[in-house]
Amino acid sequence: MSERKIRVLVGKPGLDGHDRGAKTIAAVLRDHGMEVIYTGLHQTPEMIAETALQEDVDVVGLSILSGAHMTLFPRVREELEKRGMAHVLLTGGGIISAEDMEELSKLGFSKLFGPGTPTEEIANWIQSTMEERWKNEEVSR
Amino acid sequence: MSDTETSPAPRIETVDAAEIWRRAMESARVRDAEFTSISGAERRPLYTPADLEGFDHDRDLGYPGQFPFTRGVHPTMYRGRLWTMRQFAGFGSARQTNERFKFLLEKGQTGLSTAFDFPTLMGYDSDHARSLGEVGQVGVAISSLEDMETLMDGIPMGEVSTSMTINGPAPILLAYYIACGERQGVAPEKLRGTVQNDILKEYEAQHAWLIAAEPALRMITDVMAYCAQRVPKWNTISISGYHIREAGSTAAQELAFTLANGMEYVRRGIAAGMDVDEFAPRLSFFFDAHLDFFEEISKFRAARRIWARKMRDEFGAKDPRSWMIRFHTQTAGVSLTAQQPENNIVRTAIEALAAVLGGTQSLHTNSMDETLALPTEKAAKIALRTQQVIAEETEVVHVADPLAGSYFVEAETNRLEEEAEAYFKEIDKRGGVVPSIHAGYIQREIHRSAVLYQRAVEEGRKKVVGVNTYVEDLDAKPEIELHRIDPAVEREQHERLANLRKRRDAKRAASELDDIREACRTDANLMERFVSAAHALCTLGEICDVLREEFGEFEEPNIF
Repeated sequence: MSERKIRVLVGKPGLDGHDRGAKTIAAVLRDHGMEVIYTGLHQTPEMIAETALQEDVDVVGLSILSGAHMTLFPRVREELEKRGMAHVLLTGGGIISAEDMEELSKLGFSKLFGPGTPTEEIANWIQSTMEERWKNEEVSR
Repeated sequence: MSDTETSPAPRIETVDAAEIWRRAMESARVRDAEFTSISGAERRPLYTPADLEGFDHDRDLGYPGQFPFTRGVHPTMYRGRLWTMRQFAGFGSARQTNERFKFLLEKGQTGLSTAFDFPTLMGYDSDHARSLGEVGQVGVAISSLEDMETLMDGIPMGEVSTSMTINGPAPILLAYYIACGERQGVAPEKLRGTVQNDILKEYEAQHAWLIAAEPALRMITDVMAYCAQRVPKWNTISISGYHIREAGSTAAQELAFTLANGMEYVRRGIAAGMDVDEFAPRLSFFFDAHLDFFEEISKFRAARRIWARKMRDEFGAKDPRSWMIRFHTQTAGVSLTAQQPENNIVRTAIEALAAVLGGTQSLHTNSMDETLALPTEKAAKIALRTQQVIAEETEVVHVADPLAGSYFVEAETNRLEEEAEAYFKEIDKRGGVVPSIHAGYIQREIHRSAVLYQRAVEEGRKKVVGVNTYVEDLDAKPEIELHRIDPAVEREQHERLANLRKRRDAKRAASELDDIREACRTDANLMERFVSAAHALCTLGEICDVLREEFGEFEEPNIF
């Protein structure tokens, strides 16, 4: 099980050009031994879901600092579902208020990270959540 | 001791004061901390004349208002006039931003500065599919001349100076502004302001681009040539280090990449057939003011000195105004924390003071709540008041370049100049700025610095109050009011645009777009065409679609 590598898609939906956070997280996740695919900027929800499918990822992490998260995050989720990718672990971060986080958590974004979150915390959360999931999958098999 | 008895005088050790201090330092216990600048540069514990070997007052400093302008661009500095207090604002609809502009002017702000939303920055109309969810979010949505007219409604365009932070579509937004002035009865000659119009740093850091690099640079020289003739008081470009720094660069990288971009624009202007002194005086700059007080002050001083030397000695400019870097400064957004946000007022005040001691011409101070949302009116007011306190109460404004002659500040200024020169060589080696961008060199350098800094914070080597030291309950919600954009803004923009398309003379608009397409294929100045199209109510998206089709889009190099 420890041999299995977590595959993560780091995505930048929308027109927002702020990619410092996304690229930093991508570098950190890679340092943690995950396989990281970075979408590049200016992606539509369709493009992100399509890449997630092609790359067969376990995790999709979205970064938005433009305030468009309440529109675009749910759209990415819908597009993933359309492609039979509802099982991926959804997360993300950016300038997102606590209230918005709460609302998005009902839509499948169980955990979102705000400014100042240590990147280690994010990496560890992905690691432990995925390990938990895989353990449960094995038990149920 | 026996030998005191035999010698009449005590023996004097021939050790000088510097040596005594050095030994004391060596044997002393120092705190367990990293003694480096925020950019990771070495900091010595003390700076002395030994750090300024070869320093020449007249050559390296001179006097304010004189070459090489290390001490400032005006002989009088702030005794002549204070810096322009220019708070960046824009959100929601043109009507809402117009109200915020009036609020800021009423509170004593002396210039306007416009933030646009992402669709506008990327050249899409508010009703384009890619604009979904983004309309009015990080700035104001401007899709046509009519939106510009609403934005400037009741604001005397002949009196106020307006800065517009826009790059890819900058020539078109400037055309809307010129056309709007004409409709207010203000001639282009009377308009004062700035368009950012700095596409190179978009490719490098901020990432709101429109078309490929070469045609984008051609549009920039079109703006320079047009304004030199028609809008002589307009700053045609604001060459910006701010976004480079915010994307994670060090102070030296911010300085180096910004000035390298500036030199590239100068080369392009000359190559387009202009005399350097015809356009160089209208170039302006824009820097970040970060928390490392002395590194920042030194950075501003180094910027002035490097630019003066390059312009005079390498580009042969003869007009002293071409040698001067005039710059706007914004305090560092990245230094603000979502944790204990009130502390941001303090950070911003320190950064603003560095900008003032560094001799800035205009200043934006960030609001404490910007890591959470757009600033509320209250937070924006405190930010403006911070500048007013520095200007009116601290008495720092009476003396030009007050830190000159400090061994430390002069050594830092020299260091930053040397590091910038080393980067200029690296960029030259790669064939210049544009090839360096296409190869991802500059983007990779910035990314590397961002990762190094993040690591330093997470390992606790660099401290951030409220984040990795003096941390309070992480789950406590901030007790500040958040400014939200009403989703109705997007709907209303859709209606406005639909209405405009129905009302306007469709034939005239179509023929203007054809003219633009035609001009793209020749070397005609595009600005003429944009102003004409603005009057015909062509929308931003329509004009940019023509440019995208004719010139092709920029492709982001994969630096990962």
